[in-house]
Amino acid sequence: MLAGWVLVLASFAYLGILFAIAWVADSRADQGRSLIANPTVYALSLAVYCTTWTFYGSVGRAAATGIGFLPIYLGPTLMMALGWFVIHKIIRVVKANRITSIADFVASRYGKSQLLGGLVTVIAVVGVIPYIALQLKAVSNSFTILAAAPEIIMPARAAAVPLLQDSALYVAIIMAAFTILFGTRHLDATERHEGMVAAIAFESVVKLCAFLAVGLFVTYGLYDGVGDIFARARELPNLERLLTTADTAAGYGSWAALTFLSLLSVLLLPRQFQIAVVENVNEAHLRRAVWLFPLYLFLINLFVLPIALGGLLHFGVGGGVDADTFVLTLPMANQSEGLALLAYIGGLSAATGMVIVETIALSTMVCNDLVMPLLLRWGWLRLKARSDLSGLLLEIRRWAIVVILMLGYLYFRLAGEAYALVSIGLISFAAVAQFAPAVIGGLYWKGATRAGALAALLAGFSVWTYTLLLPSFAKSGWLPADFMKVGLFGVELLRPQQLFGLTGLDEISHCLLWSLLANIGAYIGFSLARAPDAREARQAGLFVDALRVEDAGSSWRGRIAAGGTAEQVMELLALAGRFLGPDKARAAFERHARTRGASLAEMTADADLVHFAESQLAGAIGSASARVMVASVVEEEPLGLDEVMNILDEASQVRAYSVELEQKSQELTRATAELRAANEQLRELDRMKDDFMSTVTHELRTPLTSIRAFSEMLHEDPDIGVEDRMRFLGIIVGETERLSRLINQILDLAKLESGRADWTSGEVDLGQVILEAAEALSQLYKDKGVALTLELAEPLPTVLADRDRLMQVMINLLSNAVKFVPAETGRVKVGAGATAIDVRVSVADNGPGIRPEDREVIFEKFRQGGQDVLTDKPQGTGLGLPISRQIIEYFGGSLWLENAEAGGANFVFTLPLPPGDN
Amino acid sequence: MYRSRLTAQRLAALFLLGCVLFNYPVLALFNRAASVLGVPVLYAWIFAAWLALIAVMAFVIEKRRD
Repeated sequence: MLAGWVLVLASFAYLGILFAIAWVADSRADQGRSLIANPTVYALSLAVYCTTWTFYGSVGRAAATGIGFLPIYLGPTLMMALGWFVIHKIIRVVKANRITSIADFVASRYGKSQLLGGLVTVIAVVGVIPYIALQLKAVSNSFTILAAAPEIIMPARAAAVPLLQDSALYVAIIMAAFTILFGTRHLDATERHEGMVAAIAFESVVKLCAFLAVGLFVTYGLYDGVGDIFARARELPNLERLLTTADTAAGYGSWAALTFLSLLSVLLLPRQFQIAVVENVNEAHLRRAVWLFPLYLFLINLFVLPIALGGLLHFGVGGGVDADTFVLTLPMANQSEGLALLAYIGGLSAATGMVIVETIALSTMVCNDLVMPLLLRWGWLRLKARSDLSGLLLEIRRWAIVVILMLGYLYFRLAGEAYALVSIGLISFAAVAQFAPAVIGGLYWKGATRAGALAALLAGFSVWTYTLLLPSFAKSGWLPADFMKVGLFGVELLRPQQLFGLTGLDEISHCLLWSLLANIGAYIGFSLARAPDAREARQAGLFVDALRVEDAGSSWRGRIAAGGTAEQVMELLALAGRFLGPDKARAAFERHARTRGASLAEMTADADLVHFAESQLAGAIGSASARVMVASVVEEEPLGLDEVMNILDEASQVRAYSVELEQKSQELTRATAELRAANEQLRELDRMKDDFMSTVTHELRTPLTSIRAFSEMLHEDPDIGVEDRMRFLGIIVGETERLSRLINQILDLAKLESGRADWTSGEVDLGQVILEAAEALSQLYKDKGVALTLELAEPLPTVLADRDRLMQVMINLLSNAVKFVPAETGRVKVGAGATAIDVRVSVADNGPGIRPEDREVIFEKFRQGGQDVLTDKPQGTGLGLPISRQIIEYFGGSLWLENAEAGGANFVFTLPLPPGDN
Repeated sequence: MYRSRLTAQRLAALFLLGCVLFNYPVLALFNRAASVLGVPVLYAWIFAAWLALIAVMAFVIEKRRD
C-alpha cells in the first residue's frame, strides 16, 4: 500500500508541477505574452474559493445537515450576478488608484488612513487564521489517514500528539516555504503575480477533476447511480432526515444567513479580493467569470450528497469514521489506492491554492498597512538615507507569511479539534463580513467618513470576537467553560452566544446579526456625526464616481510648495528607488517622462509627477504609507475643503455642461437648418425681384420704343401724309395709354404687395357689381360679336369688400375672357351662387383654354397663358390676374382656374360671407 | 453604454430572482419527502434552479452585442 514516503514524494512532485507552471507563466509575462490574459483562466482562478472546506468539509456538512452545505455556493452565484455592478466598479477603482489589497482599498477610500489600513489588516489576519488552520487540519488529517492505509484510522487529537510528531506542523512549515518561494521572489509595483494565478487556475482544474472522479466512483462504482443511493438512504430512519431540511423558521433563517455570508465572503476574503480584483488583467474577463465560476461551483457540489450518503451507508452513522474524510476513506475502503491518492492530491491542491493566495494577500497587507506605517512612525526608516529598501519589503513579507502560518497552526492546536471543517471556515467568513459596510458602503455613499469606517470595523470585530472567536476557544477548553454558560462577569444577558437573551439562532446567524447590526449602526452613526473633510471628500469622489470619472489623478493634488524643482524629481526618484529598486524606479520614471514628451532631466516635480511617484510607491507599500513618504519629500499645499468641493462641483458641472452643450449643439443644428432654408427663400425672392425688374423694364420699353420710333418718324420727316400722320399719332396715343396703364398697374401691385393700398370695406351687393361690370364691357363684347350670358342666383347675399376693387376683378376677368374667345362664335357665361359660408362667382368661356401646367403660372406677374413673356405680342400687361388674386385673397377668398364645360377656361372666385349672416 | 447598463440591470434582476428561488418560502414548497427520478425534490429543485439561473446569466452576459 501507500507508504508515507510515497505520499511525501507525490506531494512534492505536485508542488514541483505547480512551481513549474508558475515559472513558465512568469517568464511568459516578462516576454509580454501573458498566459493568464484569458477569461477562462480568470474564472478558474476565482475557484480558489473552493478550499479543503469544499473538498472534504462539504461532505462532512452534508452528512450532518443534508443540503446545509449548499448556501455557501449559492451565495457566490448570486454575488456574481451582482458582480457586473460591484466587482466591475471595484476593479475600476483599484486599477485607477493602484490599490494592492482590501486593507489598502479601505484605507484609501477613507482618506488614505494608515489607522484604518492597519485595523483592516488586523481583522483580516485574526479572522482568516481559523480558515488557514482548517487547511492545515485537512491536509495533515488526509496525510495521516492515507499513510495508515489499508487500515482506516482516524487521526488522534492533535493536542495529544507531541509537537514535533504533529504532521500539521510540517505541513505548515512546508507551505510557508513554498509560499515564500512562490510569492515573494521579487517585488512588483502592482502586486500582481501572474505565475501564481496560472498555478491557481491549474489547481482548480485538479481539485474539480479529483472530486468528480471520487463522486463518479462512489455513485456508479460502489452504488447503482444516484437514485440507488437515495433509495437506500430513505430506508434508514436516521438518514431520511437528510433528504429534507429542518422546516423551521430558524432553519430557513440560518440558510439565508449562510447564503448572505458567503455572498459577502466571495468578494471580501483577502484571497478573493486578490484574485478577483488585484490580479484581474482585463475588466472584460469578468464577463465569462459571471457564469463560469458559478458553473464550477455547481459541478463541484453535484456529488457531495451522494458521497456523504454513500459514506454513511458504508461506514454507518457514528461508525468511527469522520464524515469530513469520506472523500478519502471511501476509495480506501474499497481498495482503490490510485483514486485515494488522486483524492489526496485534489485535497492538497485545494489547500495549497487557498494558503498561497491567502497568505500572499495577507503578507502584502501586513507589510504595507501594518509594519511600514509603524516603521515610519518610529523613525526606523531614516528618510534621507539612500539605502535600497526593496529587500526589506520582501523580508517583511516573508516573515509575515511564516507568522501567519504559525498562527494558523497555533489555532489548529488550540481550537481546531472542537469543530468540523465547515464550522471553522464559517468563523472566518463572519470575520471578513465585517468589511462589507465599509467596502460596499464606501463605493456608493459619499458621506461615509473615516470615523464611521473605524467605528464600524471596531464594533463589528469586537462583537465577532466575543460571540464567535472566544467561544471557539472556550469550547476547546482554553477558556473557562462557564464563560459560555453564565456570560461575562456572570451577567447572563452577556452570554456570548445568547447575547441579550437572544436564543433560537445558530451561532453563525447569531454572530452575523449582532455584529452587522453594531457594524452598520456605527458606520452610519459616526459618518453622520460630521461632514467629510477635504481628503475624505476627494477620495469619496474618486471611488463613488469611479465609473464616470476617467481621470483619477493629478487634478486632485494641491499645488507643489517651493516651486517643484528638478531637484525634487531626483528626490522622488530616489524615494521610489528605495522601495522598488533603483533600476526599476528609474525605468518607470523614464517611461513616464516619455509619455509627457520630455526627458527625465527636464522634468519638474509638478502635480502630475508627484501623483505618478505616489502611485508607484502605493503599489509597493500601500497608499497610506506612500502618501506619508511622498509628503516627506515634496511639500504640497494641502487642498482645503472648499477646493475639493470646487473640484467635485467642477466635475459634476462639467458633466452637466456636456449634456447642456449637446442639447445646444442640437438646437444649433436645427437653427442652422432653418436659417439655411430662410436664406434659400430669400435668394429665391431676390432672384424673383431681379426677374420682375427686368420684366418690368422690358414691358415698359416695348411701348416706349414704338412711341419713340413713331415720334422720330414724325419729327424727321415733315412730308408724311396726313393720313399716315394720324395713324402714327393714333399708335402713339394707344401706346402711351398702354404705358400709363402698365405703370398704374405696377404701382397698384406694389401697393397691394406692400400692404399700403387704400382699402375701403363695406357691404357690397355682388350681383350689382357683376351687372355693372357686364354693362361697362357690353360694347367690347358687341364689337367682337361675343355672347355674354349671366346666370345669377337671386338674391345674392352681400359680402364685406371694397366695391371698386371687386369691380376691378370682374372687369379684368370679363375682358380677359373676351380677349381669348374667337370672334362671332365666342360665348362667355358668368355664374354666381351662394352656399352657407361663401359666394361663388365663375367666368367661363369657350376659348382655347389654358394648359393644365400653366394654370398657376398665369397668376404670376407678367406671365400669360400659352406663351412666354418675351415672345409673341402680349395681349395684356400680364398683371391683371396677379392683381385680381391679391384682391380676392385680401378679402379672404380665393381665385383659381378650372376647366370650363365648353372646353375653354373657367375662372372661379369665392368670397366668404360675413359671420352670422346666412 | 446603454446596452451594458441594460445587461447590468438584467443581472441584478437575476440576483433578485435567485434570492427568491433559493429561500423561504419557495424552498419550503419543495421541502417534502418525495422524489423526482429517485432524487429528493428539494435536492432536485435546488440543482435544477441553480443550473437554470447560471444558464440565463450566461445568456444575458454573453449575448452578442450587436
